[in-house]
Amino acid sequence: MRHVISILVQNKFGVLARISGLISARGFNIDSLTVGETEEPKTSRMIIVVHGDDPVIEQIIKQLRRLIETIRVTDLAEGRFVERDLMLAKIEATPAKRLEILQIANVFGAKIVDMTAREIILELSGEVGRIDALIGILKPYGIKELARTGSVALSRGPIAPASSAAPGSAPAGVNTL
Amino acid sequence: MKGAEILEEALWREGVDIMFGYPGGASMEIHQALTRKDRIRVVLPRHEQGGGFAAQGFARATGKVGVALATSGPGATNLATPIADAKLDSIPMVAITGQVPTTVIGRDAFQECDVVGFSRTLTKHNYMVTDINDLARVVKEAFHIARTGRPGPVLIDIPKNVQQSYAIPNFNEPMDIPGYKPTSEPNPAQIRAAAQAIMESERPVLYIGGGCIHSDASEVLIKLAEKCDIPAVSTIMGIGAFPARHPLFFDMLGMHGAVYANYAVSRADLLIAAGVRFDDRVTGKVSEFARHGKIIHIDVDASEINKNKPVQIPIVADARLALDAILAQVKPAQHRAWVADIEAEKKKLPFRYDTNASEILPQYVLDELNNLIEGKNVIVTMGVGQHQMWAAQWLRMHQPRTFMSSSGLGSMGFGYPSALGAKLARPDYEVIDVDGDGSFIMNIQELATAYAENIAVKALILNNRHLGMVVQWEDRFYESKRAQTFIGDPRNPEKDYPDFAGIAKACNIPGRHVTRKTDVRAALEEMLAAKTPYVLDVSVMYTEHVLPMIPAGKTFADTIYE
Repeated sequence: MRHVISILVQNKFGVLARISGLISARGFNIDSLTVGETEEPKTSRMIIVVHGDDPVIEQIIKQLRRLIETIRVTDLAEGRFVERDLMLAKIEATPAKRLEILQIANVFGAKIVDMTAREIILELSGEVGRIDALIGILKPYGIKELARTGSVALSRGPIAPASSAAPGSAPAGVNTL
Repeated sequence: MKGAEILEEALWREGVDIMFGYPGGASMEIHQALTRKDRIRVVLPRHEQGGGFAAQGFARATGKVGVALATSGPGATNLATPIADAKLDSIPMVAITGQVPTTVIGRDAFQECDVVGFSRTLTKHNYMVTDINDLARVVKEAFHIARTGRPGPVLIDIPKNVQQSYAIPNFNEPMDIPGYKPTSEPNPAQIRAAAQAIMESERPVLYIGGGCIHSDASEVLIKLAEKCDIPAVSTIMGIGAFPARHPLFFDMLGMHGAVYANYAVSRADLLIAAGVRFDDRVTGKVSEFARHGKIIHIDVDASEINKNKPVQIPIVADARLALDAILAQVKPAQHRAWVADIEAEKKKLPFRYDTNASEILPQYVLDELNNLIEGKNVIVTMGVGQHQMWAAQWLRMHQPRTFMSSSGLGSMGFGYPSALGAKLARPDYEVIDVDGDGSFIMNIQELATAYAENIAVKALILNNRHLGMVVQWEDRFYESKRAQTFIGDPRNPEKDYPDFAGIAKACNIPGRHVTRKTDVRAALEEMLAAKTPYVLDVSVMYTEHVLPMIPAGKTFADTIYE
């Protein structure tokens, strides 16, 4: 199952290396990792997208929580959340194909951020599936270069209390801290 | 104050009165500051790895944080093994490394190495201090992190210019680790569930490990076992937490554990796992381990729960606090038939060796040593391999913090330097390194430390001229083909080599080489009577196998007895 894990960390030197090092050292495979400052400059938020069954996800979350610079780790898939990915795609666009591509961009609500005689750069932010769909449609036209950010995400509604489950109380398969 | 002086003061404030340090260009400023103040004893090992293991020996003997200091580059990389070792055995340790000045970091300067980079996954946490104003706070955080929660090693890398610059330190600055809140108190609902399970159980077994020693849980373990009549078995890390001769104690379990200990676990309907991590050397095939019962798993580290073995009743807490809480809730119970069942198994298949052999068997030496030291204030350290397993089988330990083994990482060379640290921590104890010839030679240079620093540790070398454990696996799984497992003299393979007593003598340490069984007892007595360091080299048969044995990944049913 796909999980979107949100990690709040102290914004310190080497913290990204710590997280990515942990993930590789423990043999976990992740789909994407994003990182950026939050509303509080001393903390950063990382979003990890990972596929795995429950025991694997439980271990990843527990290992992340073990890091000293980790403040909070949440599996967003446990509640409602918004998730966005940003894509930039450089498409081959000869004058003959240009209009077609612009129409496709329009349907998806993608922005044109650059246009030359032979290429167009499209920008789209949205749900991962929507971006995948646009890429699929653009492929036959010739995608010269593609860049994606990976997912950023936030839970919907009020912020849950830091530690909802009492320590040690959770049964097997559920996260404990 | 100068950075190096701030460090010295911060260490002193953390209660450090002894540490192990090997100087170099990037750390000599710190040595100078320590020597100027002259209140923290700095022991000079002959290799940074020896210093790191000595710091561990100190920590294992006391529960206090062991401190090792090394210079940049090779000094720091030589500390890597003791640090990784401390991580796997959860030993509180602070490693301090000098680093090249910040102005040249990243330029491949002389003796430069990315220490925080390579040590990231070896440590519980690590720091590079680039601002002198962080130094006092970082030292405080490092000691706090090393000793709280699940203990472990913390490394502080300090560039030379930070050591040499000046600042007005604030030793009262609060720590800045908002995400670090180790759990220690157990959850009451989980305690009730555990107590209930214990009262319903007909065949409970206590499975105890290093966490019981770290949390000083011995007393409550014994009380709980006695109150509810629960047999106990131990991992190698837990040896000493439960008195060896207690009628409810059934020795070490696992790959080379007692048959009756493994039998008890395989038949148990409830396993009370306290401060253990279901290591593969204990469980064998983990899905078959204790499959007939429920498991209560007490661990201070939440990530241990369900890591190797799914459990029904997890308790994330300090082992002593959790066991205390359980003890208060359980009613006295009797499991006489169950205990008798395990006792019968013990009578049938005890640890054994050929006592009539004319040659010196390694087990015989340890059996004799045990006759001389059992019940006394003795700390035993060891290397890694056959002798380590025999020590676990034959030495009967009665107190926690007296049996020290590199158990998780399995670092050869651990025995002698860790004995030095233990002896400095507990000068009132006899400290004996029970070692193999392969392990001993890995840190043999520390003989010079023992002499120079007057540390009267004893080394008992079970010398079989081979890497015995690998030889055993060659015999069992590789048709006895020897592949670089002979470490004696190729021109004279029957004779012991090198002359360990001779090397000791060259270090001004008395020693003796024994080749006849009839001399063993007297030689052991002579070793124990020595008031100085002493090296006893005993020539033993290399053909002995550590038995019983459950091959890796197999189950109790696959036990090899002969």
